[in-house]
Amino acid sequence: MIKKIVLMGNPNVGKSVVFSRLTGANVISSNYPGTTVDFSKGKMRLDDKTVEIIDAPGTYSLEPANKAEEAASKMAEKADVIINVIDATNLERNLLLTLELLEKNIPMIIALNLWDESHHLGIQIDEKKLEEILGIPVVPTVALTGEGIKELAARIKEAKTNDKIKPTSDDGRWIKIGSVIGKVEKIEHRHHTLKDRISDLTIRPLTGIPIALGIIFFAFWIVRLVGETLIAYVFEPLFENIYKPIAMEISGLLGPGIIHDFLIGRLIDGEIEFVESLGILTTGLFVPIGMVLPYIFAFYLVLSILEDTGYLPRLATLVDNIFHRLGMHGHGIIPMFLGLGCNVPGALSIRTLETRKQRFISATLLAIAVPCMAQISMIFAIFSSSELGSGTWYFKPIFYISLVFLVLIILWVIIGLILNKMIKGETPEIFLEIPPYRRPSLKTTGKKTWMRVRWFLKEAIPWLFFGVFIIGVLNATGIMDAVSSAFEPIMVGLFGLPGAVSIVLITGFLRKDLAVGLLLALAITTPFSPMQLVIVATMLTIYFPCVATFAVLFKELGLKDMFKSVLIMSSTTVIVGITLRFILLGV
Amino acid sequence: MHGAHTPLAHLKKGESGRIIHIHGGHGFKRRLNTLGIREGQIVKVVSKQPMVGPLTFSVGNCQMTMGRGMAHKIIVEGL
Repeated sequence: MIKKIVLMGNPNVGKSVVFSRLTGANVISSNYPGTTVDFSKGKMRLDDKTVEIIDAPGTYSLEPANKAEEAASKMAEKADVIINVIDATNLERNLLLTLELLEKNIPMIIALNLWDESHHLGIQIDEKKLEEILGIPVVPTVALTGEGIKELAARIKEAKTNDKIKPTSDDGRWIKIGSVIGKVEKIEHRHHTLKDRISDLTIRPLTGIPIALGIIFFAFWIVRLVGETLIAYVFEPLFENIYKPIAMEISGLLGPGIIHDFLIGRLIDGEIEFVESLGILTTGLFVPIGMVLPYIFAFYLVLSILEDTGYLPRLATLVDNIFHRLGMHGHGIIPMFLGLGCNVPGALSIRTLETRKQRFISATLLAIAVPCMAQISMIFAIFSSSELGSGTWYFKPIFYISLVFLVLIILWVIIGLILNKMIKGETPEIFLEIPPYRRPSLKTTGKKTWMRVRWFLKEAIPWLFFGVFIIGVLNATGIMDAVSSAFEPIMVGLFGLPGAVSIVLITGFLRKDLAVGLLLALAITTPFSPMQLVIVATMLTIYFPCVATFAVLFKELGLKDMFKSVLIMSSTTVIVGITLRFILLGV
Repeated sequence: MHGAHTPLAHLKKGESGRIIHIHGGHGFKRRLNTLGIREGQIVKVVSKQPMVGPLTFSVGNCQMTMGRGMAHKIIVEGL
């Protein structure tokens, strides 16, 4: 009886897409190898019975080269049925794993995926013949559109072993593969297509580097445009015109008192001000949904498109040179990119880097110099806010925002250079596959964006509620004022900042966006100069990751390395804070 | 380059070669083999990053980016 089905295949052949088609579950897939680092588990109906189905990480062989592959090869052993997903555009290479799997004598069925793409490439595969030679069912599929998935599901119970295939050496397998290929595959000569030409242009340094700069610049421009537009035309009107009257109603019903203080917060001139009121139902909802969510959505939409087209591995190739000087290789751009959305997935993806040195350096740089989208959107908000010291704006907000980013980029490079010299260990060379460009499908890109946004909401809102609650408690008990006065000498003495900034930094450990929100509220009563805001925003990014990121880094790095990393973070903060004070404030 | 034996790293952009030997340990060779990079296969250099940066080449229907050091271990016969 079939209880457990395992999906096996090379990286980037679409296993995750087949998986979500079979189970209806949502799994993140991208057009670059190694998206599934962990495995996903799901359930599917098979003859009115529910069976477990597992999406294993991609592996080129059962003799594993890294941790993810090792995990995959162990999963294969426990399967009742294996679905071997094969990339039809690279049949020869994919068959190595197929033969290795067949040697295990576990019932198997093949999904010949990317069937449509192989036709475009002029590759003709006789799937009937392949079925006959291998002795197991072969079903052509286009997982992205769902073509062939029904047949695949229907034929799972026909999965068979082939005891004519005996364990052999690699050479033996390649000879066998050569003869199979000769019988089933015909390749027509094809001309250089537009896609090939774009691919060449984007990976050659002379054209690729300017294009990369353009794409990154354009990506951020789009994020800001989409984020700003959504706030101005959707979220702000929604909160101001629809939610505010409801919240005022609740405020009236509650009447003054402690519950009111926690849920609604302070009323300013008898009105709710979403940023300054600091209540759970006001600021606690407005910061994540009204200010951060639009940018999160915009960022993940752009990231998903970049991922699904297959551009990121090309970018990794182009930046490899720079990353090598910082002790990583080009693949290190992936954690940094993901980290710009939220540091947690960024920190998780660090495990795809091979050595301890690389992992330590990327974790530390991520924590110090990569602000998450939640924080970035609040930084946008604070510098765009017209209420802040109007009249002192001799520069446009974009000047101050750029200043924060410039400092972070300089830090990223300098700390990377130093760590590369200081940390012992190897940085292996880059070695990665460049997938063909694919047109992102609206459905998968949309679904992926939605999954990530939903994940953000689930992750962020509880922490924000908790943060707002804690601030309320600290405020009510007078601890906030006490802390603020206690740190006053340090803040003023070292960084030229008001004592209350210490509260902002402490809040930043819970959530960085809330911390900037608090700063926004503080700035109404305590005047900040724009340069002071630049210093706070920068320090808030570098001094410490938020607690959620901290937990992941701790797990990935271990106690000793995490301790070292924290030491680097805190000393950097002090040095940068003091330096910026002298440069930007001039005192 | 025609017929001469040379490391893949020395091929220029646009040049092709047939792999005749891969230097290195069993693990390294096998890793390349599983990706379809093995003796007899034809490779073509797509791009080379400056300052001894990585090299991108095509093999079969795939493209790979590889550090220059690794590309020195793959010996090809110029085509």
